[in-house]
Amino acid sequence: MCKVIVGMGTCGLSAGAQAVYDELAKAIDGVEGSDQLSITGCIGMCYSEPMVEIRDGEHRYIYGDVTPETAKKIYEHHSNNDGSYADNLIAELAPDGAVKSGRESDYLMPQKRIVLRNCGTIDPESIDEYIARGGYEALKKALTEMTPDGIIEEVKESGLRGRGGAGFPTGLKWSFAARNDADRKYIVCNADEGDPGAFMDRSVLEGDPHSVLEGMIIGARAIGANFGYIYCRAEYPLAIKRLEIALDAAREKGFLGENILGSGFNFDMKIKQGAGAFVCGEETALFASIEGQRGMPRIRPPFPAEKGLWEKPTNNNNVETFANVSWIISNGASEYAKYGTEKSKGTKVFALAGKVRRGGLAEVPMGTPIKDLVFKIGGGIKNDRKFKAVQMGGPSGGCISAELANTPVDFENIPKTGAIMGSGGMVVMDETTCMVDIARFFLEFTQSESCGKCTFCRIGTLRMLEMLERITKGEGRDSDIPKLQELGKSIKEASLCGLGQSAPNPVLTTIKYYENEYRAHISDHKCPAKSCDMLVTFNIDPEKCVGCTLCAKQCPVDAISGEPKKVHVIDHDLCVKCGKCISSCNFGAVYKD
Amino acid sequence: MDKNKGDFNFRLWRYDGAPGELIPLLQSAQEHFGYIPRRAIKHISDTTGIPESTIYGVITFYSQFRLRPMGRYVIRICAGTACHVSGAKQLIDAIQDELGIEVGDTTEDGVFTLFTVACLGCCSLAPVMMINDETHGRLTPAAARRLLRDVRRKEGAQTSKAK
Repeated sequence: MCKVIVGMGTCGLSAGAQAVYDELAKAIDGVEGSDQLSITGCIGMCYSEPMVEIRDGEHRYIYGDVTPETAKKIYEHHSNNDGSYADNLIAELAPDGAVKSGRESDYLMPQKRIVLRNCGTIDPESIDEYIARGGYEALKKALTEMTPDGIIEEVKESGLRGRGGAGFPTGLKWSFAARNDADRKYIVCNADEGDPGAFMDRSVLEGDPHSVLEGMIIGARAIGANFGYIYCRAEYPLAIKRLEIALDAAREKGFLGENILGSGFNFDMKIKQGAGAFVCGEETALFASIEGQRGMPRIRPPFPAEKGLWEKPTNNNNVETFANVSWIISNGASEYAKYGTEKSKGTKVFALAGKVRRGGLAEVPMGTPIKDLVFKIGGGIKNDRKFKAVQMGGPSGGCISAELANTPVDFENIPKTGAIMGSGGMVVMDETTCMVDIARFFLEFTQSESCGKCTFCRIGTLRMLEMLERITKGEGRDSDIPKLQELGKSIKEASLCGLGQSAPNPVLTTIKYYENEYRAHISDHKCPAKSCDMLVTFNIDPEKCVGCTLCAKQCPVDAISGEPKKVHVIDHDLCVKCGKCISSCNFGAVYKD
Repeated sequence: MDKNKGDFNFRLWRYDGAPGELIPLLQSAQEHFGYIPRRAIKHISDTTGIPESTIYGVITFYSQFRLRPMGRYVIRICAGTACHVSGAKQLIDAIQDELGIEVGDTTEDGVFTLFTVACLGCCSLAPVMMINDETHGRLTPAAARRLLRDVRRKEGAQTSKAK
C-alpha cells in the first residue's frame, strides 16, 4: 500500500505529466487495496520533469524523466514489493523532506527550504495536507497570542527583506502602513512575475498557495487591513486556478471572512488578473491596474503606506516575502535569522535556467556564492562548454562575469557588481552567448514595455536600442560605446519608476565586463560568440549533409547549390544570412563560423 | 450560478458600479468573443459610464487585449531570456516559415495566430511555446513544425467530417 504522487506544476505538465498521471490512474484503478494517486507542485528539479514520487511508509522515492511506460513499470515494481526501480530513481527522501541518497541528491543537498518547504511534498489543492504540515498554526498564533505590534516586531527582528527585488525591510514597511489611520486599508500581493527568466513565484503559487495566503492574512492583521488583492499575471492560469481553490477552502475553514478564529478580526481578499504589462510590477502602476486604469506609475510621495490603492494606506509585498512570513511566525524570528548573512537574513529562491545542466528552482541561504549555485546545484554548463556569465535581475539587472563567481548572493554584494538581486531569476550563459546581443535583447524588452510617461525612458531606450541593433549588424560606430554609457546614465537619473531607472543596467554591465566584445563587433565586424547572424558566415558540414535539397529550396536568394543526395555548398557572396537554412535542416548540417 | 461567474453577459448584468471592474470586464469579453469587438466596447461603456475613449486606452495599453479576431489555435512562443539563449529565434523563424505569417498575424484560413510572449515561466524547459492552453517544452525547429502539422491534420479531419 503506497501513495503515488505526480508532479503537476506547469513545468511538469509541459514535459508530459498529464499522460503519466493518466497511465498511473489506469494502473492503480485495476488494483485491489487502497493505493492512492495524488498530485503535487514543483519540487524544483524541473530538468527531470515529469517526476513521480512513491511514498511507501517511511520512504519517499523520487523518480525523474518518467514516461507513461516507465511510470507503469515503477508502480508495478513497488506494488510487487520488488524495491525501487533503479533506472529512473534520482533521490530518496525522509518523510520530512530531508535528503537521504540518490544520484541527483546533490541538487537538493545544499538547499535550505523555507519558502519551498511544502512545494513538491503536499497536494496544493488540499488545505488538509497543508494543515497537517503545520499550516495555519502561525495564523492562530498571530491572532490569538500576538498583538499587531508584536507581529511587526517579530518580522523586524527576523531581518526579512522584500523578495521582489529592492530588498526593503518588510517589518519596517509594515510599520509605516500600520501607523496611518484610515477607515480602510489594503494589503496587496504582487504576483505579477514579469521578469523573463524568473519562475519562483509561479512555482510557489502552484505548489503551496496556502503559505502565501497565510502570510497575507498575518500581514493584514499586523497593519490593520480588511481587504487584500493578489495581483497575478494572466500568463499563469494554473497558479490562478490553484489560488482560487485555496481561497475557497480557506474561507470554508474560517481562515478568511468575518471574526477569523474567534479573534474579532475581519479580512477577505480576491484575485486580480494582470493583462500583460511588465510595468505593472511597479507598485504604483500595479495599483492603477487594479483600479482598472492604464498601468502607469505615479510620482512618490505620497508613498503607498499613506495613499496607495483607492487613495488608502496600502502595503504591497511579493509572493516569496509572504511565504516567508508564516514560517517566521511559527518558528520564531531568531530561528530565521540563523540563516543568511549579517544584513541579508534567511534564504532566497533562485530560478536557474539557460545553459546550465540542471535547471530548476533552488532555495539557498543568503550569502551562498554564485559558483555554488551554478556548479554544485546546477551541475555546471551544458555540453561542457565554458561558463561565461550569469544574468541576474532580468531586464532591470545585469550580467555578472565568470571571474566574479565567488560573489555571495545577498542584497549587499550583488549590487556592487552592477547587477541587482532582483526577484531571483538566474540565467546562465556560456561562450556561445553574445553579450551585445543579450544587452540588445533586454533593451528591446524594456523599450517595448516602457509605459511612455517619462521622456528619457520612452525615447532614450529607443535610441539605445537603435545603437545596439546597429552594432549587432556590424554597422556600429566608435562613438557608440561612450554614447550608450552617457545615455544610460541620463535615463537612470531622469526616470520616475524602477523600470526606467534600471533599464540601462544590462547595457552598462555588459560594457563594463565585455567591452572587448563590443569593440570586436564595431572595429573588426566579428561576433566572438558567433551568435549575431550578420557577422558570421553560414557553412554546410560535408560530413553531416545528406543532400536532401531542403535548404536549397528554402534559400530565398538561391545561394545554395548541389545535386540531390550530394553535399551542398553555400555561396557566401550571395548569402543574405537569413538563417532559413539552419532552421530548415533536419540533420544539423548547417553551422555558423 | 458559480460557473457563470466570469461570463461576459453575467458580469455586465451583475455590474453594480463597483470601481476597478473594467479590466475583468474586458477579459471576460475577450474570453467570450475571442477578441474585443466594437460592440463590446459600447456595451461596457453604456453599462459602466466609462467613456469609450478611456476603454480604448486601457485596451491598447495591455498586451493581452486584441481588437481583431484570432485564429482557433493561438501560438505563443516564449521569447524570454532563457528561451532566447536556447534558440527561440530559430524556433520563431521556423514557425513563421511553416505558417507563412509573421509574428502578430493570423493565417488566412483562420487556424493559427502567432504571438511571442515575454516569459511563460518554464525557463528550465527552454525553448518553450504554448498552443492554446498547452505548453510544449524542449523544442527544436523540427519538433515545432511537427506539432503544427499535427494540429493541421486534426483540423483537416474535423472540417472534412463536418462536410
